[in-house]
Amino acid sequence: MNRLQTAFRRPPIFMPYFPVGYPDLPASIDVLEVLARNGADLIEVGLSFSDPLADGPVIQQATQVALQNGVTTRDGIAAIAELRRRGVEIPLLLMGYYNPILAYGLRNFVRDAVQAGADGFILPDLPPEEADEFRALLDETQTPLVTMLAPTTSDERMERIARRAQGFIYLVSVTGVTGERSQVTSGLSDLIARVRRYTEIPVCVGFGISTPEQAAAVGQLADGVIVGSACVRAVGGSADPVQAAAEFAQKYRLRR
Amino acid sequence: MPLLPPKFGPYGGQYVPETLMPALAELEDAFISARADLAFQREFDRLLADFVGRPTPLTYARRLSERLGGAQIYLKREDLAHTGAHKINNALGQALLVRRMGKRRIVAETGAGQHGVASATAAALLGLECVVYMGAVDIARQQPNVFRMKLLGAEVRSVSGGTQTLKDAINEAIRDWVTNVRDTHYLLGSALGPHPYPTIVREFQSVIGREAREQILRELGRLPDTVIACVGGGSNAIGIFSAFLSDPEVELIGVEAGGEGLASGKHAARFGDPARGRLGVIHGTRTFVLQTADGQIAETHSVSAGLDYAAIGPEHAYLRDQERAFYTAATDEEALSAFQMLCQTEGIIPALESAHALAEVIKRAPTMPKDSVILVNLSGRGDKDLNTVMQHFH
Repeated sequence: MNRLQTAFRRPPIFMPYFPVGYPDLPASIDVLEVLARNGADLIEVGLSFSDPLADGPVIQQATQVALQNGVTTRDGIAAIAELRRRGVEIPLLLMGYYNPILAYGLRNFVRDAVQAGADGFILPDLPPEEADEFRALLDETQTPLVTMLAPTTSDERMERIARRAQGFIYLVSVTGVTGERSQVTSGLSDLIARVRRYTEIPVCVGFGISTPEQAAAVGQLADGVIVGSACVRAVGGSADPVQAAAEFAQKYRLRR
Repeated sequence: MPLLPPKFGPYGGQYVPETLMPALAELEDAFISARADLAFQREFDRLLADFVGRPTPLTYARRLSERLGGAQIYLKREDLAHTGAHKINNALGQALLVRRMGKRRIVAETGAGQHGVASATAAALLGLECVVYMGAVDIARQQPNVFRMKLLGAEVRSVSGGTQTLKDAINEAIRDWVTNVRDTHYLLGSALGPHPYPTIVREFQSVIGREAREQILRELGRLPDTVIACVGGGSNAIGIFSAFLSDPEVELIGVEAGGEGLASGKHAARFGDPARGRLGVIHGTRTFVLQTADGQIAETHSVSAGLDYAAIGPEHAYLRDQERAFYTAATDEEALSAFQMLCQTEGIIPALESAHALAEVIKRAPTMPKDSVILVNLSGRGDKDLNTVMQHFH
């Protein structure tokens, strides 16, 4: 059983996102470690891109800071290796945009990331139609490219792409960019039910989840709850990011 | 119904978040059915004639040709289209598709403001709500166009992220679109972005080439030797090139923004700078992109806001591979002196974008025989650029 399968043995799981290099490179690695030690069951480790068109203001701002700090894709992979060296055992997925990965070289990127200890990849601007080349490289390593589905995805399309999904489904709960919303969308349980008609693999929900109460409510419906902007804001806005990360994870964790 | 090819060789594609994939499919369906619908074609043609003022003239540039002492130069006068540039052709075509899809709101990006004005105009004409995203830096340097868009009933939203220019305006337009996709269409202004945009924009701009080909055949009884157009995203270029693709004897030349020179690093020449202009993915399409070693999109520079963009339309990348079209660059300085020369020899104030195409004419015409013919796409008029030009000449 690999790390991903182990993590999903007892759903729902709590999956924070945090970008490497924010507020600076060493602090971000400490933050990621502390999230893992305080209740995160899986972490999306963010790689920064100059033009993050799926992200709202909080993640835009944080990833721009990371870029200003000179943090690169290579640093993101090295952060995974460092977390493994520190004994972090939960699944770590790299989340980023396609262009920096193309610039790194697809084959080298997959090899280096998997060697460092990455368990999968989330690329919001790489839909299944464009993913053949990347997936072919991943298949050699048995690591998944996570399939994203959205409220606008038709049943016919959902059936077609959910069938080929690996790892887990990243279900985007609202039309829009990443960022906190005051309410969880009312149609969420129907949307999750639609997805489950087409696949057995875990369904995790992200985009717009702001509070621990919302996370808990979504945890009643889904196998995993993804919290990005709220995490970045809580940690980035604090004078002591590491302490803030510990408190954040303790508040949002779904297992006690 | 057969779907359109999503790629031009290895270029193009649909690199967008899942939320948008159904909207792209819907747009493709609407476009395919509109293309086959005579009533749609008639309405589009009627608007191009009665509202835009097409066909735009083909003007023989006698004094410019004499001054340069070589090829005879003909100008395709897109500057005389309503709103002052070729952008209106595509804006109207897409706005008609919006109505066909039953959407009521459009978002658009703009750099120099020409596409924003064209979108606001099409929205006013068809009764659509219109929001235009524009970088804060561009808003400051293109005030008259901002005021025009507002007069036309559009809301102009200032974008303060990133470099505060065109690429950031596109990011913000896409973010709005992904949020409001059920009732909103993204009226993309160039032959860029995810499929089917590059194909749709080419089709709506192909009227430029069809007219020009017919006009020059009527005037001279022959095809031009060379067709020259500036290339930002590349919509005016693909619009005029498209009519000559099957005429191998006609040489097609695209001119990128050379800014302060290719060696300076301050330019927007995606093909001209192979160290930084590499195959990549930006704004939904795979094409040549100016970028850093780490794959971050590079800052660009051009005196003309309409060419100041890090990526080139995917079909241009393909035409270049096929050696069907060739690409070169003109610097800010060359464009400014071409701007001045056209004003003084022909009484026409060109857009700074179009002045890049004219700069290539100035280099090339003297080397060509007197019985040869160059066709230039004069993609827009220069009134919007007077401030920029005056600053440079003082």
